[in-house]
Amino acid sequence: MATLRMREALRDAMAEEMRRDEAVFVMGEDVGVFQGAFKVTEGLLDEFGERRVRDTPISENTIVGAGVGAAMAGLRPIVELMTVNFSLLALDQIVNHAAAIPYMFNGQARVPMVIRMPGGGGHQLGPTHSHSFEALYLQVPGLLVACPSTPADGKALLKAAIRDDNPVVFIEHEGLYGVRGEVEDEDVEGDGGNGAGDGAVLRFGEAAVRREGGDVTIVGALKMAHVAGDAARVLANEHGVEAEVIDPRTLRPLDLDTILESVRKTNRAVIVEEGWPHGGVGANLAALITEQAFDHLDAPVQRVTGADVHMPYSKRLEQAAIPHEEHVVKAALAALEGSI
Amino acid sequence: MADLPDASTCYELLARMTTIRRFEEEAGRQYQRAKAGGFLHLAIGEEATIVGTTSVMRDEDYLIGAYRTHGHAIARGTEPKRVMAELFGRVDGTSGGRGGSMHVFDAEQRFMGGYGIVGGSLPIAAGLALASDYRSEDSVTVCMFGDGASNTGNFGETMNLAALWSLPVLFLVENNMYGMGTSVERHSAQTDLSVKAEGYGVPGERVDGMDVIAVREAVAEGIRLAREERRPTLLEAFTYRFRGHSAADPEVYRERDEVEEWQQKDPIETFARRCVEAGVLGEREVSESREKAEATVREAVEFAEASPEPPLDTLYEKLYVIDGAGWYAVDERSPEPHRGEREGSMPEAARELAEAGAAYAGQPDGPRPNPAEQGDAELGSQQGVEPESETDEADEGVGEPQEAD
Repeated sequence: MATLRMREALRDAMAEEMRRDEAVFVMGEDVGVFQGAFKVTEGLLDEFGERRVRDTPISENTIVGAGVGAAMAGLRPIVELMTVNFSLLALDQIVNHAAAIPYMFNGQARVPMVIRMPGGGGHQLGPTHSHSFEALYLQVPGLLVACPSTPADGKALLKAAIRDDNPVVFIEHEGLYGVRGEVEDEDVEGDGGNGAGDGAVLRFGEAAVRREGGDVTIVGALKMAHVAGDAARVLANEHGVEAEVIDPRTLRPLDLDTILESVRKTNRAVIVEEGWPHGGVGANLAALITEQAFDHLDAPVQRVTGADVHMPYSKRLEQAAIPHEEHVVKAALAALEGSI
Repeated sequence: MADLPDASTCYELLARMTTIRRFEEEAGRQYQRAKAGGFLHLAIGEEATIVGTTSVMRDEDYLIGAYRTHGHAIARGTEPKRVMAELFGRVDGTSGGRGGSMHVFDAEQRFMGGYGIVGGSLPIAAGLALASDYRSEDSVTVCMFGDGASNTGNFGETMNLAALWSLPVLFLVENNMYGMGTSVERHSAQTDLSVKAEGYGVPGERVDGMDVIAVREAVAEGIRLAREERRPTLLEAFTYRFRGHSAADPEVYRERDEVEEWQQKDPIETFARRCVEAGVLGEREVSESREKAEATVREAVEFAEASPEPPLDTLYEKLYVIDGAGWYAVDERSPEPHRGEREGSMPEAARELAEAGAAYAGQPDGPRPNPAEQGDAELGSQQGVEPESETDEADEGVGEPQEAD
């Protein structure tokens, strides 16, 4: 175990997988000489050279499309897009091609690629660099969607994503790159399988229960996993409420079982996300909970979301557009109204 | 005019073109019979461009096309009957009935697909070429697309990347003079498409796409440049589709005279005549190629007719690559377990789900409701997600919490 920042954990995941498998390579805007817009690819060019760490032109759709083609021909590209907003320029290749190809060609082609993209607000990057599009990608059949909140999960999920034979949208949060945490060392005995028996690789579709509690279930991924945790502490310290905090870690596949199990115990659910409210992660999850655990709910499912606006630049407005612990506390108390 | 190759090559070129012609004519007929659905884009008139190109490719080379690619697959070696079965949406189709006319694919022949998004295949072509380069392989990629695609952003992005990275790829624009119903003059400021990528570092040439021998030679040189010198080039082949853009095209945008003028240059007729006049092929061989094509296409239709429709329980198959770990394929709306003890038997679980109505899991039996027929897409899904109807639990005290704290 070592204590690493998120960006270091992600870099280690890529470096280890590149050492392990010659077919793995990285390409994206400024991933090489510049070492990554957020320094996630730091040191990779020095170790692996220009053939495997490729600076690309600013051509998002073609970068992703070239990744799709290379993956169809048997390579394992990791494509870095500079922000999730820029990924919209590549939406055609991600949705119409990467996600569709295995199905529309009836399994004759595989697209084993990872498309990494940082998102989220908090750095005053304004309306074109700060959004959260987890909901957009989780809707697409054929994609896997990862949303790690800790360095350990970041590394383990990225390794799993690289080894997976499906296209993975790997969403990172700009505000978490500096977060430190304990991270597993390289798995020397990695079995190459999809996680089974390999401690350093995390299977997709397994949520983490970050905190146990019997009063209310709070679900949040990426930075909102941390906000949910902070809210849970406030709820315990100031309101005597024991919240169960669940970090889904991947949104597709979604570990609905763990969430439903918790809701059946607490009878209340709060979903926190940084993205927009309409058609969001919370909207989807609220529907699933209502469909499958309706009889266990004592209160309507509460959603805490980002404001329904384009991310403003002003620090004051930006902070007002992002969910904070007090919003989550308020939503949890609303769900518990009348019972505490 | 370039010299004719040997007799057996000439016969092969003629036979392939004739097979594609007959196939396309028959596909059009089957579309009229409603055996083939969706959009149907026929390449009648464009056979020389297709066959000339594939005739100089190696087995290990990749071919990638756009949405008018029945002929490309056949020229590459895919059995016509499997393409016809795809048009019919049957299990023996090249994509098992999941792709249809616009998404033919044959991994074995390294035909890397038809694509329904105009320009969408260009970046993928760069990626295929990148893979060859990355592994220091000799294979090259030939990327064929229409004149309309030269206006997409992907065209510029991909040309730049290909030149920048010295990728072993030949771009071939099949200029049939129209992007759907909009003529080149009306859709491209630069009507000489061969120079359109020069500024990106991809030089171009033009070739008569109705002359199979001329196409052969031009493509051979483009492939040589890609393979030996790692220089991507753009070849513009002038060709013409004798039929409409798709089977549903009233052709108001062009004159009958123009079509007839091009029909005089019919790539199959002119090539056959030339071979006979040069004494390379006899009339007997020409008619033999027609008869064989006729038989092949008849067999293709019979094969497609006989091929079953895809079973409903395969709806979720091939969506994800699942090697022994089945948790991706599960629709989260299902009441079934999502992981755990059933992971090992996903095909079985998927079948059960499909039998339960697949996306409409939860509906106990009966056919899957068709939202379109009911005129209300939301109604369909609302009906479908009735949670575990009529269970004892659901009947108990409506509105009362079951397990209140």
